[in-house]
Amino acid sequence: MGKYILKRLVDLLPTIFVVAIIVFVITRLIPGDPAAVMLGPQASVEDIQELRDDLGLNEPLHTQFFQYIGDLVQGDFGVSLTYNQPVISLIMDRFPNTLILAISALVIALLIGIPAGIISASKQNSVMDYTVMVISLIGVSIPIFWLGVMLVLYFSVNLGWFPATGMGTMDEGFITYIKHLVLPSITLATIPMATFARITRSSMLEVISQDYIKTARAKGIKEFFVIGKHAFKNALTPILTVLGMQVSALLGGAVLTETIFSWPGMGRLIVDAIDKRDFVVVQGTVLFIAIIFVLVNLLIDVLYKIVNPRVNYSSGKGGTGK
Amino acid sequence: MSDEILKVENLDVHFRSSASIVKAVNGVNISLKKKETLGIVGESGSGKSVTATALMRLLPKGIGSIPNGKITFNGKDILSLSDKEMRDVRGNDIAMIFQDPMTSLNPVFTVGDQIEEAVRTHQQISKKEAKLKAIEMLKVVGIPEPEKRVKMYPHEFSGGMRQRVMIAIALSCNPKLLIADEPTTALDVTVQAQILELMKSLQEKNDTSIIMITHDLGVVWEMCDKVIVMYAGNTVESGKVKTIYDNPLHPYTWGLLESQITKNTLNGNKLPAIPGSPPDLRNPILGCNFADRCPYAKEICKTTKPEPIEVEEGHIVSCHFQTKSNRLERKELVYIE
Repeated sequence: MGKYILKRLVDLLPTIFVVAIIVFVITRLIPGDPAAVMLGPQASVEDIQELRDDLGLNEPLHTQFFQYIGDLVQGDFGVSLTYNQPVISLIMDRFPNTLILAISALVIALLIGIPAGIISASKQNSVMDYTVMVISLIGVSIPIFWLGVMLVLYFSVNLGWFPATGMGTMDEGFITYIKHLVLPSITLATIPMATFARITRSSMLEVISQDYIKTARAKGIKEFFVIGKHAFKNALTPILTVLGMQVSALLGGAVLTETIFSWPGMGRLIVDAIDKRDFVVVQGTVLFIAIIFVLVNLLIDVLYKIVNPRVNYSSGKGGTGK
Repeated sequence: MSDEILKVENLDVHFRSSASIVKAVNGVNISLKKKETLGIVGESGSGKSVTATALMRLLPKGIGSIPNGKITFNGKDILSLSDKEMRDVRGNDIAMIFQDPMTSLNPVFTVGDQIEEAVRTHQQISKKEAKLKAIEMLKVVGIPEPEKRVKMYPHEFSGGMRQRVMIAIALSCNPKLLIADEPTTALDVTVQAQILELMKSLQEKNDTSIIMITHDLGVVWEMCDKVIVMYAGNTVESGKVKTIYDNPLHPYTWGLLESQITKNTLNGNKLPAIPGSPPDLRNPILGCNFADRCPYAKEICKTTKPEPIEVEEGHIVSCHFQTKSNRLERKELVYIE
């Protein structure tokens, strides 16, 4: 297992290298000259050229690329053009905020979505089942920006229960901190929650009809354990796959949610950077998110093995053997 | 009879499908004594597995129901037990093993876990004791290196070995009754004999009664004391194995016997078969369920249900033409082209 993880970590390097290339190319393709954007519409052509020289934008592309890769290898993500700060410190400022939002959204999504899916499957075709399915269908299809605004309108503006925007600090007290977290977490949790409910239901339904569930019942085990232990552990593999995708997406910064609630996270950082043509920040953050993405996927692959003993990693490539 | 462990009287099992009711089992009677083995034979869809599932009250919820009948096990009225009381019976007093050992074990738990769970569900013992019990059970069912095997997962076992594990789970709580639903059907012939042998020896040791569900009459002759022949949800013939082996009377039993592979078929002759297929149990059947396929059927068979008649002591047949005073003449075999 340890050997497998080590091998996978080494395998990540080429992946990240390719991502770096793609990110580099894409940022050069963003229309608009960063120097022109930074200096504003009144800037003279000479000023812009001067800034381009300073930023190294007049160098040939391949020179820029090797410069970029060379810095990366040394762990240098560059210095932001607009903030005049190292990109890595910008990320480290914002990432914890995204992490907190992502974790609380994920906890809500898992705690509601998975039990809903299990109950739905174990009472297939009941009123309960239909209710869960309809709600989760709405959940996956509802536009996040609309839901966020509606929540703000009702719970902040009308009822005044929660602040409409911003992120609280611990200095203002734990309650205030949590209050700031509630609406963005719920907004962000909607899609993953509905997705978990749906995948759990379909995965459980497949498992519940298996012979070993009959065996478990014939042993005289309580139905709660038949479903919660015997069936659920078998249903976990597809749920883990979805979990991996959702976690990666949440950690990448929820652009819409963070924008609606003015949440100072990764999503906002990227959007602002794109707006200002701060290509150094864009490069850095996208690459950072890509690294998070592959690491989460590695973690999920390891979890597969723990959940399903039939997964065999000795052959080098991961995969579920059924 | 004091040593009677199981008595089933007039058991009906119905299944609700979208538009109709399937009468899967009609009026089955079973009487089983301690240490006895009862065989239930019949083709697919004859209601033998459903009968067994009904005994455990494991019919699919909301779909299967028992509208009539009485099941008395060890003095307890099974059908009136609460869910909790029934769980105490399952696995503890009545255990079950299933047809396909490849799918009957949970793939994500070690075999040790699965045996321990059965034991700890019904006995107040520590995890450590349960582990020892699991190792002991694996040894009992003839699995080599049980200390090592107990930590392995089902996919690391062969089919025969898995069925041994299933037997270990089933017998771990010393049940009074073991229901074996085609325990050898999915296994290689050589392994089949080993599994039957194992069941027989464990039955001797633990005084277990067995209900053996099979479509293989060979298994019945070898293992059972009594046999029930089922066809389309009805018992067509029942009695002691020796009686039915020597003197089978129902035309369906004849058909089953004839369609076994014998020396005659091995010498290049065709295998006889019963032409046709079982009736659709969603539709009400007026007469004998077997009438449409029976080479001896007359008008009365299509209009009137034959009552079970005790033609000789303990030998019950449901056929209009097999009575105490009247016997059918057995005809030539029917070969399928």
